Amino acid sequence: MNINITLISQMIAFAVFVLFCMRYVWPPITKALDERAAKIAEGLAAAERGQQEQELGQQKALDMMREAKTNASDIVSQAQKRYNEIMDEAKRDAQAEAQRIKAAAHAEIEQEANRTREELRERMATLAVAAAEKILEKEVNADAHKAIVETFAKQI
Amino acid sequence: MASETLTAQQYIQHHLTNLTLGFHPTEGLTIAGNAEEAAAMGFWALHLDSLAWSVGLGYLFYRLFRKVAENATAGVPGKAQNFVEWIIDFVNENVRGSFSGKNDIVAPLALTMFAWIFLMNLMDLVPVDLIPWAFGQFMSLFGADPHHVYMRVVPTTDPNITFGMALAVFLMVLYYSVKMKGFGGFIGELTLHPFGKWGMPANIVLEGISLLSKPLSLSLRLFGNMYAGEMIFILIALMYGHNLILDLGGGVLQLAWAIFHILIITLQAFIFMVLTIVYLDMAHQTEH
Repeated sequence: MNINITLISQMIAFAVFVLFCMRYVWPPITKALDERAAKIAEGLAAAERGQQEQELGQQKALDMMREAKTNASDIVSQAQKRYNEIMDEAKRDAQAEAQRIKAAAHAEIEQEANRTREELRERMATLAVAAAEKILEKEVNADAHKAIVETFAKQI
Repeated sequence: MASETLTAQQYIQHHLTNLTLGFHPTEGLTIAGNAEEAAAMGFWALHLDSLAWSVGLGYLFYRLFRKVAENATAGVPGKAQNFVEWIIDFVNENVRGSFSGKNDIVAPLALTMFAWIFLMNLMDLVPVDLIPWAFGQFMSLFGADPHHVYMRVVPTTDPNITFGMALAVFLMVLYYSVKMKGFGGFIGELTLHPFGKWGMPANIVLEGISLLSKPLSLSLRLFGNMYAGEMIFILIALMYGHNLILDLGGGVLQLAWAIFHILIITLQAFIFMVLTIVYLDMAHQTEH
């Protein structure tokens, strides 16, 4: 319980420890603490920013999707229109072709009929002449009565 | 562990005597063999045990914190760093709450004080006989009589240690008072309050007492608490070695007192720190 130079030694030791603490312990740790606080604040801000960006991105994606949808439906309706056009054209073409074929067939039939008629007429004329010969029992000069025969033939 | 060859009084005396190195009037530079010799050495003596434990624990504190400080990272802290940061945050909060001025020394000072005093107080929880006994046995290897080898392991039960720290704080208070207020301002604070200049003698007495009571109360509070705590541990230790009932009773008492003492040692370290901060804050205040 005696007061002696232990007291002064302790004062010196105290001063030394405080100085060392102030010099080598306190600054690095508080610096780390401050840096971490700054880092965390930064991280929080970044998270906030990220969230905002995400929302923006989402909005953008939705817009793009909507646009794509309208584009797609445009394309589909265009395709429909084009299809109808092509169908119409094909129909028109087919009809024209059919008309043409029908006309050709008609013409051919007409021609055939005419030819047959002509042939028939010739045969008729010959028959008529032959019949007349028979009736008159004499030779009829075909050349002399050609006009009559032809008039006759035409009446058939 | 009261030895048969020792009376209770001798046992207590043994526990309360420091390992003292000093100039004995007749024997010159020597280590005191008993309390009377230590007292005879007067002022020019050194309590080797108090000082060694105090400096050793201070160094332990410094090494632990320095190691963390060296590897301090702003990223994810390790367990040690977490612990150190927790203490530093705690100290920092107290400094910010009580100290309004701007001085970079106050926070490290408070940290050193808190951690160091806590460690010194913590030695009180080591069983009272363990280290003195081990030290006595160790010294007897060199031919010393264990009964005359002293070892006090709790530096804060030595008034030299508590007064040393309180005086260091007091010197800082004086220094910053003069630095912040000027010499005239400091003298004025001592003489012109609270009664104005016509009550100067009364002012000097009142302010002087309030000034001087700062280091005195600071050191005596810590010393008194720790000394009393230590004394109770010693008295409990006296119960051992007689019969089973006293042994068991002593064990229970020691455990109870140790658990209660955990609160006291922390609280005393905390109070010492907070009062230091408050005194330094008052020294920095330029308006009364």
